[in-house]
Amino acid sequence: MSIKDIYKTMDYGSAPENHSMADQWLDGFNRNFGLFINGQWVSPESRSTFESINPATENVIAQISESGQADIDAAVKAARNAQPKWQEIGYHQRAKYLYAIARQIQKHARLFAVLETMDNGKPIRESRDIDIPLVARHFYHHAGWAQIMDSELKGYKPVGVVGQIIPWNFPLLMLSWKVAPALAMGNTVVLKPAEFTSLTALLFADICKNIGIPDGVVNIVTGGGKAGQMIVEHPDINKIAFTGSTEVGRIIRRLTAGTGKKISLELGGKSPYIVFDDADIDSAVEGLVDAIWFNQGQVCCAGSRLLVQEGVADRFLRKLKNRMSKLRVGDPLDKSTDIGAIVARVQLDTISQLVQQGEDDGCNLWQPEFKAPPKGYYYPPTIFTDVSPSSTIAQEEIFGPVLVTMTFRTPSEAVALANNTRFGLAASVWSENINLALDVAPKIKAGTVWINCTNMFDAASGFGGYRESGFGREGGKEGLYEYCKPVNLSYKKPISRLSKSDNQTNLNSNKTTMDVTPKLFIGGKQVRPDGGYSYPVLSFKNDQIVEVGEGNRKDIRNAVEAAHKAESWTTTSAHNRAQVLYFIAENLSIRSEEFANRLCLMTGATNDQALEEVQASIDCIFRYAAYADKYDGNVHATPMRNVTLAMPEALGIMGIVCPNDNPLIGFISAVMPSIAMGNRVIVIPSQDHPLSATDFYQVLNTSDLPGGVVNIVTGKQDELANVLAKHDDVDGLWYFGSEKGCETVEYESAGNMKRTWVNHGGSIDWMTDYHQRSELYLRKATQVKNIWIPYGE
Amino acid sequence: MNSKNNSTQSKINLSHERNPGLELDLDLIHNIRINRSAVERRAQTSGKRRSIKKDWQAAWLLKAISCIDLTTLAGDDTPGRVKRLCEKAKHPVRRDILNSLGMDYNQFHTGAVCVYHNFIETALASLHGTNIPVAVVSTGFPAGQISYDQKIEEIGASVALGASEIDIVISRQLVLTGKWTELYNEVSAFRKACGPAHLKTILATGELGTYTNVAKASVVCMMAGADFIKTSTGKESVNATPPVSLVMIRAIRDYFDSTGYKVGFKPAGGIGKAKQSLEWLILMKEELGNDWLSPSLFRFGASSLLGDIERQLEHFISGRYSASYRHPMG
Repeated sequence: MSIKDIYKTMDYGSAPENHSMADQWLDGFNRNFGLFINGQWVSPESRSTFESINPATENVIAQISESGQADIDAAVKAARNAQPKWQEIGYHQRAKYLYAIARQIQKHARLFAVLETMDNGKPIRESRDIDIPLVARHFYHHAGWAQIMDSELKGYKPVGVVGQIIPWNFPLLMLSWKVAPALAMGNTVVLKPAEFTSLTALLFADICKNIGIPDGVVNIVTGGGKAGQMIVEHPDINKIAFTGSTEVGRIIRRLTAGTGKKISLELGGKSPYIVFDDADIDSAVEGLVDAIWFNQGQVCCAGSRLLVQEGVADRFLRKLKNRMSKLRVGDPLDKSTDIGAIVARVQLDTISQLVQQGEDDGCNLWQPEFKAPPKGYYYPPTIFTDVSPSSTIAQEEIFGPVLVTMTFRTPSEAVALANNTRFGLAASVWSENINLALDVAPKIKAGTVWINCTNMFDAASGFGGYRESGFGREGGKEGLYEYCKPVNLSYKKPISRLSKSDNQTNLNSNKTTMDVTPKLFIGGKQVRPDGGYSYPVLSFKNDQIVEVGEGNRKDIRNAVEAAHKAESWTTTSAHNRAQVLYFIAENLSIRSEEFANRLCLMTGATNDQALEEVQASIDCIFRYAAYADKYDGNVHATPMRNVTLAMPEALGIMGIVCPNDNPLIGFISAVMPSIAMGNRVIVIPSQDHPLSATDFYQVLNTSDLPGGVVNIVTGKQDELANVLAKHDDVDGLWYFGSEKGCETVEYESAGNMKRTWVNHGGSIDWMTDYHQRSELYLRKATQVKNIWIPYGE
Repeated sequence: MNSKNNSTQSKINLSHERNPGLELDLDLIHNIRINRSAVERRAQTSGKRRSIKKDWQAAWLLKAISCIDLTTLAGDDTPGRVKRLCEKAKHPVRRDILNSLGMDYNQFHTGAVCVYHNFIETALASLHGTNIPVAVVSTGFPAGQISYDQKIEEIGASVALGASEIDIVISRQLVLTGKWTELYNEVSAFRKACGPAHLKTILATGELGTYTNVAKASVVCMMAGADFIKTSTGKESVNATPPVSLVMIRAIRDYFDSTGYKVGFKPAGGIGKAKQSLEWLILMKEELGNDWLSPSLFRFGASSLLGDIERQLEHFISGRYSASYRHPMG
């Protein structure tokens, strides 16, 4: 085409990015990569390799090693050996290494970007302008955390050796999200990149070697799902951090159940993109390009569910289709490409199948004119209209450039549709009315809410899910807690004894000292147990004091329903909650002696010991009453004209299985921080000594606590814990009992990805713990939501 | 929406029907919503989403030249200066360079020349025999702080002398105080005074305070019959910026979508680099389409831009970085 012709047509032509430097780097390794273990490149023991394919051309770029058990063992061992020294070199030295990494990434930014695009298929514009700059920023930011860990995370120490498994959609960025905080906090890592996209992780290993990161601190092991499983199951790994599908996340939760491994999971999503009729419509249309046609839609937090207010829907969709027609699908190394290649054939097939499913369900498909390059895995930008929440494509994560559209009438309907999903990763809200936007943001169950923007990321802001999108945060101070643990956390020897009442199904009621039967406490009322059974409560002398109701699964169901209805407790002001807690403390105080006597009778405590426990309980309630309106989040300093609010929000409905010993302070220690933060709880009190909890009904009833906020079900703790763990309307579950019970709770909670907190069979010094670790309790009772609010008129 | 003005014939050949204007629709004005951060994000990334290289870059840069309103608006303008400018407009690029690029030296010129009223006759004489229009700034340019009657007279006088494009400045105070009806009436009167000459309304966006004001003023001007909306006089402290252009471009798109009338866009001031001109062309192509990549719907108000493009074009041909003295002055 002559210049004169182009002058007439005004086409773009091609603008290929040069990839010779990337080829040169690959050739330097003969396009055959070993594993990076203990600072050395080593061949896998199995000698087996797999191919890394450029999805844009279907060409093989390199051979990648498949790690076997011996390799994973070697990597973990190297990390283990390196960890104490890495911790001891100190905050400043670690900071220097992290700075060095950040600088190296900046110095080789284009090489990283080109390699990423060749391996993953994402447009060079994205790897160059988004991924790699965010990677450098992540290391710079966390170098800072390494430096100030001593003061900002006083009382915390590294977790140890961390196993990290990352996905293929943002290979290097996800590596940075994992490695930077881990190293900053003094951990060493064994990281496995996704098998489709190992190359930038290997280049990262290369720069780690060049800058002299101590051997064994960073280990990169390549391979597929099997290698991943070996990491997850490795007994000498202290923590697993995973980003990927909810399906695999669930497997990891189950595999690690009861092992004491710390885990953080960043999983799938079906994030709503809500457009109100007072939005800047053109900007909201453009935002969708960044929401669902970013990285070919292969983004866990992609705004894949468009919810648009009915009155503007036609206009919005017209503009959107017009915009979609301008998107350029093609060679990701071309600098004018908007949508590159899907990562692999298998992913392309999945997308096609789900789109077919959408058409079969009667949804209306629209795609702009599209001509795929002759080779490579390409898919055009796609939109479905006439979608209902019951359509498969409205519920399943497609992980491709496919948008589904629904309309709504009112803000509350928008929220209801937004929350009509098992996921809870992110949401976008578009409105020029700040009242509306800030009303909606807290109501959406998602870890990140972007107001008038989308897919904004920064190292200073936490990112992570609600519900089945996983738990734990990456970025921000909230993300650091995933990589450190309290110094003073030392459990006593494991609890293995059986509860006394486990063996007593017979009614050997020799003598009952009280002729009342404490019932269950559900929805603010005392109710008889559904099953109509009771079990005896014995004194420390093994005399029967009284019989209490034996709750069953239906009582748990009823209690969860009561808790569900008590939602106003979560939305009321923290000040109001504090007032109720103070009232509870006062009412307990009035009845100190009665509660102390009961403790003496049940546990054989001396009068002084019992009074001390009651006093500690009152102190504990006051403490969390005080905290109620003070544990209140941050404004993160993200580098934009923007306020990023990090708000701790209640988990919602929590199950609490109390310790069997310390029947009063154990109960108070767990329940008070939970309700102070706005949770509604279902409590299974001490099995052997439930009377401190049942006596507490009257305290609660006289303290203005709304019905349903605290529900108490007495009975067999492990049985009821199991029911709670399997209940999908329970968002969090704390369990302080046997090792076996901990395992069950963690395992069964994988069903809906509950946030769990268990004692791994260790016993806690309840008389001091609430005081020493109160912030930990508050953190466990909440999850952080980051709300991004760009501003400016 | 109903059209207001009768379509008038212009001396300029248009592939589209002139915007006749509409009745003022205040509801539409009040419902305009602009999110500054989102607009800025799009404007900042737009140029990075497209890359134009080699032959394509040369062709696009030629297109940019064809859209330049080659401008001199200075206190020390003289007939000699204006004549030289007109010669440059007729032959903006060296003959050998144009030949290498396969373009016709005698047919390739800038979009227009833009001068003060005093130099209309000089410019017309210099451009005689070409179809390069003479644009003139008017209505008390640049501040617009003269009486309404004087403004109307000034337009009339310029049209009478033969100017075919009138670049008027709007009364910023009407925007800043939200007097949309008054603004509409004023611009409508300007349009009427223009007769067959094209009306280019300068919003002076750097003085309007917010993007929302820019969007509202854009729409009012189009409703009042503007043929072009133009960002700036070049004399404000902040002139054409990509985000402010995006706001105006989107207003043009909405106007076209609802009426079918195409209104042109002219960013002016602060565009001095070849690369910037490509970014603006990309923005036009992406947001409005190829129809807006022609001088009938797009102009750069610029004086130094041409020089930078000339150097780029020579570099394209020779592979050697060029110097400004190698290109004839305008």
